[in-house]
Amino acid sequence: MFFRDQSEMLPERPAPITEVGVIGWLRINLFSSYGNAALTLVSLALLVLIIPPFVSWGLIDAQFSGDSGAACSGIGACWAWLDQRLGQFFYGFYPADAHWRVNVTALLLVPALLYVLVDNLPGAKFGRWFSYVYPLLAAYLLVGGFGLEVISTDKFGGFMLNMVVGLTGIVLSLPVGILLALGRQSRLPVIRLLSITFIEAVRGVPLITLLFVAIVLLQLFLPPEVSLDQLLRVIIMVTLFASAYMAEVVRGGLQAIPKGQIEGAQAVGLGYWQTMRLIVLPQALRISIPGIVNTFIGLFKDTTLVIIIGLFDLLGHARLLQTNPDWIGDVDHEAYLFSAAVFFVICFLMSRYSVSLEKQLSQDRH
Amino acid sequence: MSTATPESANAPAAPLIQISNLNKWFGAFHVLRDINLSIASQERVVICGPSGSGKSTLIRCINRLEDHQEGSILVDGTPLTRNLKNIDLVRRDIGMVFQQFNLFPHLTVLENCTLGPIWVRHMPRQEAEETAERLLDRVQILDQSTKYPGQLSGGQQQRAAIARALCMEPRVMLFDEPTSALDPEMIKEVLDVMTDLAESGMTMIIVSHEMGFAAQVADRMIFMDDGQIVEENTPDAFFNNPQSDRTKLFLSQILRH
Repeated sequence: MFFRDQSEMLPERPAPITEVGVIGWLRINLFSSYGNAALTLVSLALLVLIIPPFVSWGLIDAQFSGDSGAACSGIGACWAWLDQRLGQFFYGFYPADAHWRVNVTALLLVPALLYVLVDNLPGAKFGRWFSYVYPLLAAYLLVGGFGLEVISTDKFGGFMLNMVVGLTGIVLSLPVGILLALGRQSRLPVIRLLSITFIEAVRGVPLITLLFVAIVLLQLFLPPEVSLDQLLRVIIMVTLFASAYMAEVVRGGLQAIPKGQIEGAQAVGLGYWQTMRLIVLPQALRISIPGIVNTFIGLFKDTTLVIIIGLFDLLGHARLLQTNPDWIGDVDHEAYLFSAAVFFVICFLMSRYSVSLEKQLSQDRH
Repeated sequence: MSTATPESANAPAAPLIQISNLNKWFGAFHVLRDINLSIASQERVVICGPSGSGKSTLIRCINRLEDHQEGSILVDGTPLTRNLKNIDLVRRDIGMVFQQFNLFPHLTVLENCTLGPIWVRHMPRQEAEETAERLLDRVQILDQSTKYPGQLSGGQQQRAAIARALCMEPRVMLFDEPTSALDPEMIKEVLDVMTDLAESGMTMIIVSHEMGFAAQVADRMIFMDDGQIVEENTPDAFFNNPQSDRTKLFLSQILRH
């Protein structure tokens, strides 16, 4: 027989030194077993082998000025082209005297994004409205009309083209994907069948094929007087392509919501759309965040495929540079490296935002 | 207060819920067989029976969480058919409490309670919040109103679910095994709330195995087996002098332990 009186209850003690602090962190994360310790050491050795040569090639021995590849020694990286070509990499062939329009659009993008992505900013009410109006404003600034000189979309290029196609695709593919996911679960056979057919058909075909269809085949089916802007066709196809993937990501989230949630909502008297909007989607989308952002990132990188319809995006201009007689042979790695870095920054930001959003949402609820 | 016996229950003046010749199948499985049941306003009916006997399905038919194939269900005169308008109308009058609570985990307790009044009854937010706070106080979890359901104990969650249903000011409350998922320590606090509700005159249909509670609260006991009503009686007669052999066996089995 054993019992403890209230006064004899054991007090709390601090954790042993091996479990907390710097030593604890090192032990747990880097040296938790012989295997892990070996991996840590091998990784360190690899970093020592790779980083110093890379830095001396890319920065220390690199050439930053000059008019052509001839200026570059060949020992270090050749960045001399940046001076001449940076503009093209970002603006494409967009007229130089209208570059300010792209700049203003990009500048306004910052608040438009922030008000959607971050809660509790000052002036949030007005900010949200600005975010909703922004796409129209951006289209007006970039394309022109109503007093601004009209700039044809085939002048769009460089990274600005990637951003236009990518962001439009991202903004449109989520709602379309959600509708498709709901459609796929619909009780109405016609809607369900249409959704499934669309999703499977689009997912089963490479994006390049869809782009070719949009550019070459579509005109055969449209009356000759109808001519859809080429960039618009690309955006539509990229959006539809991403929507099909999005639908499946969202469907995964929808299926994780217990049936009791829908019954609870019905018992309270909510209708179908209210149940979806207020109860099911907020929970399903939260679960789907990693998959949704994954799709966004995939879509953003797929924007480089516009090259097949003769538009030169960031990667397109990298290739143009490589084949330019002044630079040929001297910038093979550098042009790609630069494009990769630009894409990486954007995609990495998206990824970090998704992680922080997940953390914030899970802190809220538990 | 109604003291319905099986005889008088078959012919009440204006029953709030009237179920006639109800038949339901899950695929080929005949889950409800020729159910006839009418429930008067302010009446408390406890339904018991072995699992799979159709008792949950029966009350889920009353707010159309399940549809039925034959027979009719009238709630306050409104027939339950495919007509979505009627379904909405009926659901506004019926509150339901589930075995698994079915609270919305992404909303606070208070938001869980105000959702229905705001979106279905179009009540102004402030009024909805005042109502919700009053009812959360009544089930004694007002101090938890800003928490999320995941932060509450099972008993607190179930009381929040009861408050959520009450916020819609229902005329009938359905309880589908409200204490079956609770730890033994928490059953009493939920039953106390339900007893309080019964004393206030709420019409209640309760699927439960809490026989002590049933004996205390029910006006009428219904025992179901194999999708049909096997026995319908006053609690006193039901527990002390059950008529059907099936009821006797069931009672002896659940009261023994």
